[in-house]
This record gives sequence, structure tokens and C-alpha cells, in this order.
Amino acid sequence: MNSVTLLIILILYLGFLFAIAQWAEKKSNNKWTNNAYIYTLSLAVYCTTWTYYGSIGVAANSGLNYLAIYLGPVMIIPAWILILKKIIRISRVNKISGIADFISLRYGNDRFLGALVTVICIVGILPYIALQLKAISETFHIVTQTADTIFFKDTTTYVAIALALFTSYYGTRYVDASEKRKGIVTAIAVESFLKLVFFLTIGIFVTFFAFDGFQDIFNQASLLENFSEKNSIGDFSKAINWFLLCILSLFAIFLLPRQFHVSIIENNREKHIKTAIWLFPLYLLLFNIFVYPIAWGGNVLFQANPVNADMYSLHIAQLFEHQWLVLLVFLGGFSAAISMIVVSTIALSTMLSNNLLIPYGLIGKLQSDKQEKNSNRIVRIRKIGIFSLIIIAYFIFRYFALDYSLVSIGLISFVIIAQLAPSFFGALFWKRGSAKGSIAGIIFGFLICFYTLLVPYAIGISTYENHFISEGLFGIEILKPFQLLGLDYLEPVPHALFWSLFVNFFIYYGVSISFKGNYRERNYAEMYVDIDKYISNHENAFIWKGKAYRADIENILKRFLGEERTTRALRIFNLKYNIEKDTTMADARLIKFSENLLTGHIGTASAKILIGSVAKEDQISLPEVLRILEESKENILLNKKLTETSNELQKLSVQLKEANETLLKKDKQKDDFLDTVTHELRTPITAIRASTELLYDDDEIPEDIKKQFLQNIITESDRLNRLIDQILDLEKFETGKQKIYFSENDISKTFEKVINPLKQLLTNKYIEVNTHFEIEDFKLLYDEERIIQVFTNLLSNAIKFCSGSNTKIDVFLHDKIEYVEIAVSNYGKLIPKEDLLVIFDKFYQSNNQNIKKPIGSGLGLAICKKIIEAHHGKIWAENTNEGVTLKFTLPKKN
Amino acid sequence: MKKILIVDDEPNILMTLEYTFKKKNYQVFIARDGQEALDLMNVEIPNVVILDIMMPEVDGYATLHAMKKNPSLQECRVIFLSAKNKESDIEKGLILGADAYVTKPFSIKKLLEKVENLLLG
Repeated sequence: MNSVTLLIILILYLGFLFAIAQWAEKKSNNKWTNNAYIYTLSLAVYCTTWTYYGSIGVAANSGLNYLAIYLGPVMIIPAWILILKKIIRISRVNKISGIADFISLRYGNDRFLGALVTVICIVGILPYIALQLKAISETFHIVTQTADTIFFKDTTTYVAIALALFTSYYGTRYVDASEKRKGIVTAIAVESFLKLVFFLTIGIFVTFFAFDGFQDIFNQASLLENFSEKNSIGDFSKAINWFLLCILSLFAIFLLPRQFHVSIIENNREKHIKTAIWLFPLYLLLFNIFVYPIAWGGNVLFQANPVNADMYSLHIAQLFEHQWLVLLVFLGGFSAAISMIVVSTIALSTMLSNNLLIPYGLIGKLQSDKQEKNSNRIVRIRKIGIFSLIIIAYFIFRYFALDYSLVSIGLISFVIIAQLAPSFFGALFWKRGSAKGSIAGIIFGFLICFYTLLVPYAIGISTYENHFISEGLFGIEILKPFQLLGLDYLEPVPHALFWSLFVNFFIYYGVSISFKGNYRERNYAEMYVDIDKYISNHENAFIWKGKAYRADIENILKRFLGEERTTRALRIFNLKYNIEKDTTMADARLIKFSENLLTGHIGTASAKILIGSVAKEDQISLPEVLRILEESKENILLNKKLTETSNELQKLSVQLKEANETLLKKDKQKDDFLDTVTHELRTPITAIRASTELLYDDDEIPEDIKKQFLQNIITESDRLNRLIDQILDLEKFETGKQKIYFSENDISKTFEKVINPLKQLLTNKYIEVNTHFEIEDFKLLYDEERIIQVFTNLLSNAIKFCSGSNTKIDVFLHDKIEYVEIAVSNYGKLIPKEDLLVIFDKFYQSNNQNIKKPIGSGLGLAICKKIIEAHHGKIWAENTNEGVTLKFTLPKKN
Repeated sequence: MKKILIVDDEPNILMTLEYTFKKKNYQVFIARDGQEALDLMNVEIPNVVILDIMMPEVDGYATLHAMKKNPSLQECRVIFLSAKNKESDIEKGLILGADAYVTKPFSIKKLLEKVENLLLG
């Protein structure tokens, strides 16, 4: 395959990944991009070309040793459910954007510590990136069957530059580095999937097509020399080596900047961890199944003319002249390389800008009042960071790292990164760890690495046999870099790991307990170790005393977040803590909140410096911090209780308000009632008074008119009396004083009692009352006197409505099984629909309160309603085609 | 002969007023509610109207309002005669354009005086 074809394929492949990233960025909340599988696959960025090619080399040369790098993570992954969740929570609430931020924030936003972690990471990871570039370059040359040429003529140089441009463009889309990058993560996940599929493809090819299954490979390989030696764990010292390598990879899975980035920063939901803890080990297992067959298959196939064992998978595919298989293997390796490069450089450049460049100098350059200017500057720093990191790594690969295998450089990286372990895990579980302890531990740990690993390897590149390595510094036996203090049974990497971590850990521990940290460290220690307690309102757990104006802080926020986001963030803050809008002074919560907001943009240390520049902070002693922390723990509990109480109060106040409204309504009804009643009382009095006055003053009134006036007085007095009776009746019903005396009665007999006294009146008015009783002699339990009252009222209403040609009243009785229904109908005018329901209401007033009730006046119907309700019946009015029917029911069981 | 229209839904009150004004030589018209009164006034233009407020269908206020709109009734004097005796009720009646407001129960003598004064003024 020639270079141009391969380049075109590479460009197409990159274009495909780019399209996936673009698509995922747009659908960042889509279930396709935001799920536990994408998360787990993105974690597989752990598997780089080291896994893809390097493991094969290790398996071919030294048997099972390659496994340790995967056993470590598998051992610790079940604990993710606790540890990873804790780290994710801490990082989320503090808007942490990388491991340097994570460690330096815990130790009191320590600027130097953040920078130190950044330097360690860069030193550790750069050669590792170089390693990936080396793999791309080597495989490129194998596939195209070209030789390495000078820098400017080599195609792989341009591949590296393209990669640098792509990553620096795509990795810096957000100024806030704690922001999720769904595009990148989805593309990484797709690459992880592809590299696994491609690796399985070549594995299956080697095992089942090149050979005749696992057994065949084993049989043929066991005939090779050194087979059994290479494939046994060996003695106790070998076991210790193994164990240390497991520990090393266990730390790596937490501490590698790219792992921290995909597992913590890019985690969308805590519950995704639940899937990852089984799926990720499964992924690692699948990846490792065919390492061994490919390695020993390669050993068998190439025993006559050896090639680089790291590249067996490519060479085997070429040996069998399967171009497409060669291409797939190459693309898989390419995927493994670029996903590592992309994520690592994003993570490193964020650290570089937020923990090294900005806090040490560039912060002064970010003084512009314009948010875009500042944001652009930050993004530009990161872009240049990513670009230069890749280019520098390329130079390292071209000029230094050519002599070592993929695995050995990877392991050196791991050991350097492992220096962060004591500070990192101390941050999670030990409240007394201090910045001084952490810095000292890391520095000394790194020096040990430097002495036992970096120096010998650097020397090893030029001259293989060296006095420094074989006889120790100045010829002192115990200073031999690979056998420090006479520890001679460990291989160089486990040896370096052991001594550096040993020193690192004890210095971290010793310094931390000997020198007190400042109050901020203690404060963050509390928040990190007990994150679950503070998760919902961690701002409350932040201790700060001093003086700062909100306006100043707001201005700083605006410089980095812009006007709109600042206003929105502060509004949310005010709402969350119930703070008045016009408060002028900032409190500890606002300081913490603002530092958090800035952290994503410029890192923890710079955030503290910036906020510190406008706040006059008072020193607090450590005992005071501890006291306040204790109090704040209680306060948080108290706050919770207060919130509950306040919720209850709020509920009560709503109820009170409702009750008040009901009362007001009742009061209004009472006023209306009084108005109606007084009006009703005054009307007969008016008539009586007028008639009496005339009778008194005028002696010439004709006899018949005189009689009429006297009759008026009698009628109106009766009316007045009746009204008073009714008011009292109603009052009795309302206060529950009215007694109902149930007895067995015949409803038709009761009706007789009503109709008899009215007969004369009806005859006079030519009114005809017809009864239609479905059943006669029907016994029912009721208070007869009260039911007579109801009948009388209904009949007099009906009589009032009789006028002109309408002189008929019908009374019906229907048996409805459970109750009887009695209806009184008259004919003529209807009742307005809206009045049908309310005519039984004693407070009834038509919409226009100067209009009288449609049916007479007084309280007759209101009393009827009370009586029927006391009998557990119903009463209502209906308009029929011809007139109005008033109906009531009486239940048969009372 | 002066014409007087008495509007009230209480027959016993109507009876006393009818007697009183007839005796004083008025030509007396009576109506049981606002609508009846307005219908009547299309035919006969009274000098004085004694108007109850709370009546079925068309109340006293609405009646007065309709009268004010009718140009031929502009000379007509109106006295509200009502059991609504709150300050606010009286004020409202006068603002609407009544010439006098007499509360129930009332003195026939005083009502007569009011009517006669109105007709003189």
C-alpha cells in the first residue's frame, strides 16, 4: 500500500471521527451520546498502542507479565462505586477541571502544588504521547513498507501536525474546562469500540485461520526454547514484582490525567459507574484474550527471521498478504494512539493553562473588562498548549525515545504519575494531610524516580554499559540506581516504584503531622472527606471571614463569565440562600460560589488569587476553623429542620389565608343577609305606619276604605310576625338547636293537613290544585310539623306565581325505591337559569342586588332547604317547558 | 290637575299613597314595577314620580336611568321612596338624579310636603 492511499484513508477516517464528534456535540443530551456505554467505552482510552501493540511484544518476550497492567485496574474497579463516586461529587461541586485542580484545591488552593502536579503530569505523560506518535510512525512505515526518512520528508511528521491542529481546535471549545465535551467523548468511545473490534478481528484471524485454534498455537509454541521459563510466574521475588506492577496500574487508572478526565470530568451521571464496573473489566478481558495467541503465533511464524515483536499483528497480516487486514489493524492502532493523544493533551493543556501559566503570570494579562477578550486569551493559551505538547512529543520521539519498547516508556510514565498517589488518596480519606506534606512527598518521590529510573534510562540511550548503573554513584554500592540500599531482587520499574512511593508516602505523612496546615486546607479537608454531608449546600461548609463587596466580586465574574451568565448565576445563588438582592457585602458562601465559577475557567489557584484581590480576608486560627466546622455541621442539620419548619409555616399561612378569605366571604354574606332582612322587616312596618297615619289624621275616610286599611294593618302585622318566626327558625337550624322529631306518618295525610286550611284561599283565587300520588297510604319517617312547613312554603310560592290564565298547580309523588320524590309544579314564568341553584340560599341576592328574589321574598325556601337537609333529603328547582317545578326527596330510611 | 305616578311592588303601600294623593286632587297613576312604570310614561307624562328601589325585574335605579334618557320626561320630578336607608344608598340615589329621597317607613305628611315643595320649586 502506498503512502498516498494510506494518507487518504487516514484523512477519511479522521473525517469520520470528526463528523461523529460534531454530531454528538449537537445532540449532547441525546440518549445515544449520554449513556453508560459511551461512558464505559470512553474509559477504554486506557488501552493505548501500549495495549494494542506493546502487550504482544511483552507476551512474546516475557510471557504473562503484560497481564499485571490490566489486573490492577480490575482489582480496584469494584471500589469505584465508592471512590469514584466520591471524587465525582467533589469535582462536580467544586467545578474541578483536572487532577492538578483536584489536588491543589484540597490543599487550600495551593498555587505551587497545582503547578507541581502539572509539571509531574507533563513530565510523565509527554514521553507517553511520544510513544503513541512513535507507534503511528512505525506502523505507518510497516504498512507502506517505506523507511524512516529525515524530518521534513517523513509523512508521519505531517500526520502529527494534522493531529495537533485537529486536537487544538476541537479540545478547546469551552472556556470553562469543567464543561462536558460530548463530541470528543463520543468520538473516543467509537474509537474504543473500533480498536477492540479490529483487535479481535486480527486475533481471530491468527488463532483460527493462520493456526488451528488455541491448542495448535500452544503446541507449536511449546516447542520453542525458553517457552516454559517465559511462561511461569516464578519465585517469590517475581511475585513481588508482579504485585508492584498491579499496584502501579491500580494507581494509574485513577491518576493518569486522561483517565481522570474521562472518568471524572466527563461523567454525566453517577449511575453510569454501575455499568462501568462490570463492562470495563469485560472490555479489558476481551482485549487480552488474543494477546497471547498473537504473540506466540508470531514467535512461531517469525522464528527464522525475527521482526519487532510489538508489531506482530501487522506483520502476520502482511505475511498472509491480507491488505484489508493490515489496514484494519493499522486503523485500530491509530485509533488507540489518537484517542490517548487527544484526551491527554486536552487534560494537560487545561492543567498547563489553569494551574501553571495563568496563576504564574498570565493572570495579570487577563485584566480586560471584556469577557470575550479574556475568554479568547484563555482558549488561545490552551490551543497553543495542545499544539505544542503534541509537537514537543513528536520531537521527543524523533530524537530521544527511539530505543525503548512501547511498554518500558509507558511504565516509566506510570511510575512518575504514581507520585501523586499519596496526596491524591490522602485528599479523599485523611483530613490531616497538608500542602507542605504533599509538596514535599511529591518532590522527594519524584527525585527518587529521577535517580532510579530517568537517569539510568537517559544514560542507557547513549551508552549501554555504564559505571553509574553497575557500580552506583561515586562507586558506592548502596547507591546503585537499580538496587538502592541493596534491594536487589526487584526489576527496575517495580524497584523505582517501591522506593519512590515509600519515600513519598512517609514524607507526606511525616510532614503533614509535624507541620500544621492553614485553615483553608483544614476546611477543604473536611469538604473532601465528608463530601456526602456537604453535597447539597457545600457553600455553607466553606469558612471565610473578612470584608468584600458584592459589586467587586460581580465585576470579576463578569470579566470571565460575561454579563449575562454572571447575572443569572448570582440570581440563582440569591434564590438558593434567600439573599436580598440589594445586599452589599459578600459572605463566605458567595466567596466560595464565585471561586467555583471561576475555577472552571482559570483554575482553583487563580480563582482564589482573583477573589482575594478584592476581598480583605481575616486570618482564622485552626482551632477556630474546627469549631466553626463543628458548628456548621450542626447548622446544616438545623438549617434542614428550619426549612422543614418554614415549609410547615408556609402551609399554615396558606391555610390561614384561605380561612380568612372564607371568613371575609361569610362576613359579606352576613351583611347582605342583614340588608335583606332589614328591608323585609321595614316593608310591612312601612305599610302599617302609612295606614295608621291615615286612619289617625283623617276622619273622613270612607268606611270601606277604613276597613281596608285596618285589614292592611292586620295582614302586615302577621307578615312581620311570620318573618320574625322564620328568622328565628333559620337561626335555630344554623346553630343546630332545631330538633327534628321523627315519627311514622302518611305523606298523603300530611298533605291533606296542608291543603285543607288553604282551600278557601284557593277557591277565592280560582286556583286548582291536582295531586298525582303514585302510592297512597304510604308510611314514612319524618317530622310531620316540619314537612307541613315545607309543603306550605312550596304551595304559597306556587300560588304567588299563578296569574292570568295560569291557575293550575300540580303536586306529584313518585316512588323511587330508596326514597320518595315530591314535586310541586306551577305554570307560566320561568326562573332565570343562574338563579335556579341559589333561590334556596338565605343570602341569595340576584346579580343586581336591587332586584328582588324571583320567588316572593323572605326566608321560606331557605328554611325548606334546612328542613329537607335535616331529613337527609334534597331540594331543588327545575324549569320545565311550561313552568317551574320545585322538588324535594325524602329517604325511606332515616 | 297635577299627575303623579306611584311605583311600588307592595300593594298595601300603594293603596295608602293612592288614597292620599287622590284626596289632594292629584291624578294618580300606579305601577307594580319599573317596566310597567316606563310603559305607562310613554302614554302619560307625570309631574312627579314616587319610585321604590327594590322591585322585581326592573329596579328603581334602572327606571330613573331610562327616564333620564327620554327627552320628554326631563320636566318630571322624581322622589325615591325606599327601605334602603344607608347614607351611601341615599347619596347614590341623588347622584343618579333623583330630586328627593325618602326612607321607609315614612310619614305621609312629610312625603306630601316634599311633593308639594318640589312642584312649587
